[in-house]
This record gives sequence, structure tokens and C-alpha cells, in this order.
Amino acid sequence: MTSVRKLLYSKKIAPYVFVLPFTLTFAVFFIYPLISTVRMSFQDILPGQVKWVGLSNYRRLLGDKVFGQAVFNSVRYMAITCALLIPFPMLFACMISSKSMRGAGVFKSLYFLPVLTSVVVAGLVFRMMFSELPGALMNSILALLGKPPIYWMKMEYPSLFALILLCCWRWTGMNMLYFIAGLKSIPAELYEAAEIDGANAAQKFLRVSWPLLKPTTIYVLTISIYAGLAMFTESYMVFGNNTSPHNYGLTIVGYLYRYGFEKLRMGYASAVGLALLVGAMLINLAQLSVTGAIGPRRARV
Amino acid sequence: MKKCLALALAALMVIALAGMASASATPTKLTLWTFIDQHAKFYNEMAEEWNKANPDKPIALEATVIGYDDMHNKLKIALQSGIGAPDMCDVELGQFPNVLLGEPQLVALNDALSPYIDTIVPSRLSIYSKGDVHYGVPTHVGATVAFYNVELLEAAGIDYKTIVTWDDWAAAGKKLKEANPDAYMGNVETTTQWQTSLMLTEQGADFQDNSNPDDPKPTVNTPELLKAVETQQQWLKDGIAFLCPGGQVDTEEGKAWLNTGVCATVIMPEWYMSRFVDEIPDMAGKYAIAPAPVFEAGQPRSIGLGGTGTVVTLTCPDIPLASDFISWAKLSELGESTIWNVMGFDPVNTAVWDDEALTHNPDNKFNKYFLTNVFDTLNEVKGEIKYVSSTSISPTINSYFSSTLWNNLYIDQLDAAAELEAAQEAIEADIF
Repeated sequence: MTSVRKLLYSKKIAPYVFVLPFTLTFAVFFIYPLISTVRMSFQDILPGQVKWVGLSNYRRLLGDKVFGQAVFNSVRYMAITCALLIPFPMLFACMISSKSMRGAGVFKSLYFLPVLTSVVVAGLVFRMMFSELPGALMNSILALLGKPPIYWMKMEYPSLFALILLCCWRWTGMNMLYFIAGLKSIPAELYEAAEIDGANAAQKFLRVSWPLLKPTTIYVLTISIYAGLAMFTESYMVFGNNTSPHNYGLTIVGYLYRYGFEKLRMGYASAVGLALLVGAMLINLAQLSVTGAIGPRRARV
Repeated sequence: MKKCLALALAALMVIALAGMASASATPTKLTLWTFIDQHAKFYNEMAEEWNKANPDKPIALEATVIGYDDMHNKLKIALQSGIGAPDMCDVELGQFPNVLLGEPQLVALNDALSPYIDTIVPSRLSIYSKGDVHYGVPTHVGATVAFYNVELLEAAGIDYKTIVTWDDWAAAGKKLKEANPDAYMGNVETTTQWQTSLMLTEQGADFQDNSNPDDPKPTVNTPELLKAVETQQQWLKDGIAFLCPGGQVDTEEGKAWLNTGVCATVIMPEWYMSRFVDEIPDMAGKYAIAPAPVFEAGQPRSIGLGGTGTVVTLTCPDIPLASDFISWAKLSELGESTIWNVMGFDPVNTAVWDDEALTHNPDNKFNKYFLTNVFDTLNEVKGEIKYVSSTSISPTINSYFSSTLWNNLYIDQLDAAAELEAAQEAIEADIF
């Protein structure tokens, strides 16, 4: 009895008990699927027939032009969204946090509202806005400018524009919130000191806010890189399905979905999934070590 | 006295319970997935009929409608993993090769189909088969016909009955364009190939060489396909055909466009008349049905396109019952006439096509909508209905067509011969 009690009150064991729920979920929903994906990527899997094929899925992957295009699309989308979804939300965050801003709460809610909409519903609405019919919203805007209607979703850049717009509309508010939180953690004395030294608003932003927002920026960049590379639902909804003209809307996950679920080639799809994982990890590790978030700490002055 | 009454009541209850038990067996619960509302309605109706005809083995059918992509993907994963599949499922023709991959986790329906097999069009069974084993119960023939907007054509002085060849058709298109610049003679599809398939089989060709069923080969760079696509490119250049909104007429955008009344011809399988009736209401009384044009008079004028094969899965708790029910529901005489009356499809039992009382019923909503009777046209082309092969490589071919080839040919107007060569190469490279 005492031994049980000892065990229960043991300071050594208690922490493990507390992290057990997370560890278990992580093992069941992440570690196990990951191991199983690695195994499946060396197999050819069909209903009732599983055989080992060695590296043939990976060889196929390397030679596949469509996969190359999917990677290109995903990386381009990721780069553009990162380039837009960091500076603008940061700017809006600074404006909203500014003392001279009126109705900050209203703007905060308005920007945040799209985050709460379902991506499926938003995608549907965007598809209608960018429809090829002359009466659709975007074509009506073109008509106001005296331009003829265009096939938005059948052309490369207009369809990319639709995807980027959807992404910015949905995520600006979320990233802005991260930056507002980051700004809140900067002590007001620093700004006061800067003012005493005669800094103007731009200087205060560049010398105080920007450097002290670095941890937030790194966090937002990291999740944006992953989200950009893993984009799928937006493209699926805006194009109406996983098939887009010239594969303009095909992303790495879309390619995985095409082979895993549409063509039922689970082995090959597993190889695609692992390629995405490795790619996203490499980019993020490189980014994190360049920004100094990981790796050897620099000597403090 | 009270005791007597209680006893009598108890006895009565026992008798009543015993009577109920013997009168009706417990219905077997069967689940079914489909991606079309009208199909679910049809199956529910047929389940009621089945229970009337078979009181000894009643069923409780639970039909669920799920979106096209979603349903097929769920089904494939369920079959692959062995859990979660419905007992019966509608599988669309284009998706059928995917559920036959590996060892099909589906029930061989040869025995259940045997009572009806002599009366149905054989090609509609073979598209849902692997070797001699039949896995799907067909719904319709899907014979392709031409739907002509008579009002629009007559206003331009064109009689659709005189159109025999595609040349006649294009000439009529130019005449229509002169009389009515807003109107189009037809449309060109960019996400599917209903029209192109017809134009291909008219010339006796196919998208693939299926002479060795174990190793089908794509045949996309043929002179026949070149002729079919160049003809359509020319229509677009001449402005007589419109790039179909939504990519093809069986989409929300396509149907909305037809409802505006500017399209003079729709070349579609017979089942498209149900879309006219349900979703293109403003065109009621304007369209007539006739055989489709051909390149040269004497070529076959129709092709069976689209369709769903209903499968029974190996995880079904009562396989014989489900197999018998679904075969009976779709292929019995009652089933075949209900398929026409409720859904407006051309039944696979072509003997039904001659049943005037059924086919020419003036109260039928499909007959009311059109100016001519569809079965007159169907009987005219009965011996000319061709088909394109559906094999394991079909999904690969179709996916290249809809994502790349049709866009290059019709939106970008690239050189057809070079594009077909490129398509052949890309499709060969993508086959597992």
C-alpha cells in the first residue's frame, strides 16, 4: 500500500504522468502513421495485393514532371504568401496598437472575422467571384474598367491571384493578432526612452518594434512556410475539384491526394508525403538557423 | 369478472403478437451510397416495391447521397482498408476502373444478373466487368443524341431535320450566326469529352487499344482524333461554337448558360434530358431530339456514354439478398420502366424501347418537355450505338485530357497534331 502511495506521490514519476496524454496522442496519431508511411513508401499497395518494390516509388517521383510542377506551384505560393502575410499584418498590428488609432477594436474584429469562416465556404464564394461568366463579381469589375471578361480560373496568373487573395483575406487577421501580442510584450519604457532621444514614428518602428518583434516574426514565418507548402483545400475548392487547367492549381498535397485517394496508389502517395515532410523540414531548419532561432547561441555582448 | 377480463386480454395480446411475428419477417438493413439525388429516390421507390413483392425477405434500405468526388474517394479507401464501405454503392463509369484495381473487394454478380442477362445490351455489362466477372449493375445505355433548339433555328430559317453531316451542321451554324450574332450553334467542352468521344467512334476509333485486356495502350495520336479536335477548333475560330461555361454542359454554369436560350445544339447522352427537365426549366417546349451529325453519311450516329454501375461490397452482411435486390431493382421489367418514368433514362433492356404505352405516355414529364419523342430517335440509331473502352488506363487518359489537352487545344488554340503527340507521350509516362 505504501509503495503504491509512494509511486503516486513520486516527484520523479508525476511529470511523466502529466505528459502521458500528449505522448500517447502523439504516438498514435503522428509517430505510428509516420513509421507506417515510411514502410508504405517502399510498397505497391492495391486492395488485396501488397508487394515490396524497393525504391521504385522514389525513382518514379524524381522523374515525374507533374510532381515537379506541383512542387514549383507550392513553393511559389508559399513564397508569395510569406512575402505578403508578414509585412502587412505587422503594419496593421502597429497601426491598431497605435494610441492615435480610433476604433481599434472594430478593425481588429473585422480583420479577424475571415479566420473564423470555413475554408470550404470561403473557397466556394471565391469560385463564384472568379467565375468565367460575364456577370461574376471579378468580371463585373473588369467591365467597370472597360475590359472584356476573362477566364479567371483557366489562366495561370489570374488563378494564382485568386488563390493568393483568398489566403491573404483569410490569414491577415490571424497573423495580425500574433503581431499585436508581440507588440504588447514590448515594454512602454523603450518607446518613452526613444521619444526622449527624439525618435520619430518610423525610427521607433525600425529601432524598437521591428527588432523586438523578431521572435514573433520567426514564429509566423515558420508556420507560414509550412501552411504554404501544405496548401490544398483552398485550391480544391476554388477550382471546384483537384483537376485544374494545366495543373495550375496542383499543389504537393493535391498531388498526394490525386495518387493516394483518387488513383488509390497508396505506396506512391506515401513517398510524395515523405518528400513534402523532408522538404518543409529542410526549408524551416535552414530558415530557423539563419534567423538564429536554433543552433549555437551567439556570444552575448 | 376482472380476472376473466384480464385473462382474455392477455390471451388476445399473445395471439396478436404471434400473428405479427408470422406476418412479417424483420427487414434486413442495407446501406447504399449514391452521388445523385434522383438515384436515391429511385432506389427508395424500388425498395418499397421489393418489400411488397417479397414479404418473406424484406429490406430496410438506407440510401445516402454524397458528392461525386467525396463518395468515390470514401468508397475506394473503405474498400482498400476493409472497413466502412456501404453494402451497395453507385460507381460512376469513369471511376469504375479504380474500384477494380488489385483484387476487387466487390461481389461477382453473374448469378444475380443471370435472369436478365439475355435482354440487356452486352457492352453496358462489360464496362463494369473484369474478364468475365460482372461487378456492376448498369443503369442505362446513355445513347448520345442531338438536342436541337427548334425555336432558335427556325428563326434563322434552318430546319434541323436536314442536318446529316458535321459540314451541314457547321454551314447551319454560319447561317445562324448571320441571322443572330448572339446565338451559337453548339459548344466545345474543355473538362470532358462527350462530344469528342462521339466524333471519334463515328470514325471507328477509340482512345485506347484494348486488344490485349491485360495491357491496354493509349492511342491518342490517331488521325481520327486529330480530325475530331481540328473540326472543333475550327468551330471556335468561326465563332459558331462557344467554349462551354463550366467546362461542359453538365455543370451548374453549363446548365445556367443553356437556360439563357442561346445554344442551338447540345450533343449529349440521352440521360441529359433529365437535366433539361429538372434544371433548365426555361427551355421547355423548345428542344427537339434527333440523331447526332456524322462526318460522312452512313457512319454510326451514336455512342453509349456515362453511367453508373451499382456494386455490392464483400463486407455486406447479406450478399445474396443485396445482389438480388439491386439486380431486380435496376433490370426487372418494373425496374426498367421506373428508370424511364422517374429518371428519364434509356433502359438497358432495349425491348422496353418498343413498348409504346410506356415510351409514348403523353403524361410523362420528359415527353412533355421535348417536341419529339426520344425513343423515336433511339430506335432509329439502335444498331449504331458504339462505345469507348473503359480500362485501368482510362482514368489516366481522362485526367490528362481534362487538365491539359482540351485547354491547350480549345482555349490556347495550339497546334492539334503536336498536342496529340505530346498527350500520347505524357499519358504513356503516367501509366503505372
